Amino acid sequence: MTDAPIASARPRTLAEKVWDKHLVAKGENGNPDLIYIDLHLVHEVTSPQAFDGLRMAGRPVRRPDLTIATEDHNTPTIGIDRPIADRTSRTQIETLRRNCEEFGVRLHSLGDIEQGIVHVVGPQLGLTQPGITVVCGDSHTSTHGAFGAMAFGIGTSEVEHVMATQTLPLKPFKTMAITVNGQLRPGVTAKDIILAVIAKIGTGGGQGYVLEYRGSAIRALSMEGRMTICNMSIEAGARAGMVAPDETTYDYLKGRVHAPQGQDWDDAVAYWETLATDEGARFDAEVILDADELEPFVTWGTNPGQGVSLSQTVPNPAEITDANERSAAERALEYMDLEAGTPMKDIRVDTVFLGSCTNSRVEDLRAAAEIIKGKTKAENIRMLVVPGSARVRLEAEAEGLDKVFLEFGAEWRFAGCSMCLGMNPDQLAPGERCASTSNRNFEGRQGKGGRTHLVSPLVAAATAIRGTLSSPWDLLQDERDSAERISVERISVGAGAPIEEGAK
Amino acid sequence: MEKVTTITGVGVPFRRSNVDTDQIIPAVYLKRVTKTGFEDALFAGWRQDPDFVLNQPAYQGARVLVAGSDFGTGSSREHAVWALRDFGFRAVLSPRFGDIFRGNSGKQGLLAGQISEDDTERLWKALEANPGIDMTVDLVERSARIGELTVKFEIDEYTRWRLLEGLDDIGLTLRDEARITEFESTREPWRPRTLPAR
Ligand code: SF4
Repeated sequence: MTDAPIASARPRTLAEKVWDKHLVAKGENGNPDLIYIDLHLVHEVTSPQAFDGLRMAGRPVRRPDLTIATEDHNTPTIGIDRPIADRTSRTQIETLRRNCEEFGVRLHSLGDIEQGIVHVVGPQLGLTQPGITVVCGDSHTSTHGAFGAMAFGIGTSEVEHVMATQTLPLKPFKTMAITVNGQLRPGVTAKDIILAVIAKIGTGGGQGYVLEYRGSAIRALSMEGRMTICNMSIEAGARAGMVAPDETTYDYLKGRVHAPQGQDWDDAVAYWETLATDEGARFDAEVILDADELEPFVTWGTNPGQGVSLSQTVPNPAEITDANERSAAERALEYMDLEAGTPMKDIRVDTVFLGSCTNSRVEDLRAAAEIIKGKTKAENIRMLVVPGSARVRLEAEAEGLDKVFLEFGAEWRFAGCSMCLGMNPDQLAPGERCASTSNRNFEGRQGKGGRTHLVSPLVAAATAIRGTLSSPWDLLQDERDSAERISVERISVGAGAPIEEGAK
Repeated sequence: MEKVTTITGVGVPFRRSNVDTDQIIPAVYLKRVTKTGFEDALFAGWRQDPDFVLNQPAYQGARVLVAGSDFGTGSSREHAVWALRDFGFRAVLSPRFGDIFRGNSGKQGLLAGQISEDDTERLWKALEANPGIDMTVDLVERSARIGELTVKFEIDEYTRWRLLEGLDDIGLTLRDEARITEFESTREPWRPRTLPAR
């Protein structure tokens, strides 16, 4: 039953292989398949009603040993030793603690070294592994697909379903290959790839699909970069994003506390090696992108598909042919208080947010710190740095990154979702404009009336220095300009002197 | 779960596309730990505008929402469905839904039917011509009617059957429990476990 007999008969994609391997029962007469879930991640927002449902029906959590919970969406990022001031936030967290205790679920609470954003915690513990199925009541569960896992967000009813049965009834997804060839230029990152992909296929373009990211530019990415890309698959409407595992994946996993060890490791790797999409396997759709051409990317609107290269201008809705998209663009510009034709680089920003499950791993913090080191923050900017987990925070501190941020004038916070969705006090004020490394620029997402531009950690850092939307390329240009100014001054001094002498 | 066959009540012409779940219910309302009582949270941002369609007297007690394309995209929050349900909606029609939203709807007894763009426009015109008029959504026939106008909607067969029978998901799956146990016995020992914590 576990290995479908059709399996060996035809070439399969990575997604199909993982699916087939988890088939508990094949759906007949148009019914969904029953799929086994290897890992269930839980947090305080989408779980209370699920636990409630179990309690009402008298059902236990079937596999507490495949379930893990963390506190992230509501947690404060300052004064974490004090009781949470907001009453409802506190209630959700206390409810999670009670539920985990009652149902025997492992929980990493505020203050614990493994506490943090659920999608940072799973990989960091080595629980997220190739070829497994991962679910969580959170749409950015797609993050875990970076390991070659099939990982997707589910609703609270499904959370209850997985708790009670460790399975989900699911219809097979379609598959889409997203091939990114070539090589990224310095200053261009995984975040720019995924923003460009979403701008290309649209926020509904991936609907019903599992995206598989392939090609030389994807292979060259670190696990952190792959996670950033898979994380935002959902913003293209897709259920999941995946990258086939390779040496980069194994290197990341090896030695993590919950990664297989000894003989188990060898057996696991032998299996992981079989996961890559077979030669000749068919995808239902294919998109190709050239990494060589990519520039730092940034959104101008109120959905993640409304993005352009940073060197471009705010688009003119009148030039959009699709009526729905045109009116969406008009509304977006009004909300964002932007005028068509404005160069993106002229847009002044109030707040820079470096964090969220998209870009809050230590590599992201390191990349931003490298840019700002020794520089001064623009006066108009407030910068919030929120590590993805308590462990990331400690790792960053061990490298001295906290000092770099603090000296620059940024705020160094404790781990959590924070300003990604503004459920805790980290929010934008009405009208405030933010360059954010998170994944959603929806109206009011970061605080009522707040305006969000999605950017990479590098763009976030450069923006914090220049005060307007900027990339490291602009910093280089600034340096060249000032070097030129200095040499022009030298030339004029040098050229002036003999004339003066001659005039004597 | 209650059985759903036909729904009759006031229809709302909701001329907006790309309504994501953050608009349906803003994040601040997700803090509650109950499964009901979200009626005040539905479209909370927009409802502050007195001209917003749901604030108009004609649409009080509405049961059917006819929305533009890409309704319920974005965040997976099931609260979006609870808020629609608690407000009184029993069906939403749209040319396209966010995947997770559509799945959540079926499980909570909210009918999410897919209609063509042209039919959406027809329904909007009919509802606007006669604000507050009743419409009927017939799950057996897969059709929506306003007076003389009848349009067809699509819904996958499985969800339709479950809505018609009022079947609970978990109970359905647990009928297969022996197969789950059998599957578990074949899982490789190296697959990750969260317990014991290391
Ligand atoms: S960081 Fe943002 S997107 Fe990620 S899990 Fe938290 S709220 Fe969701």
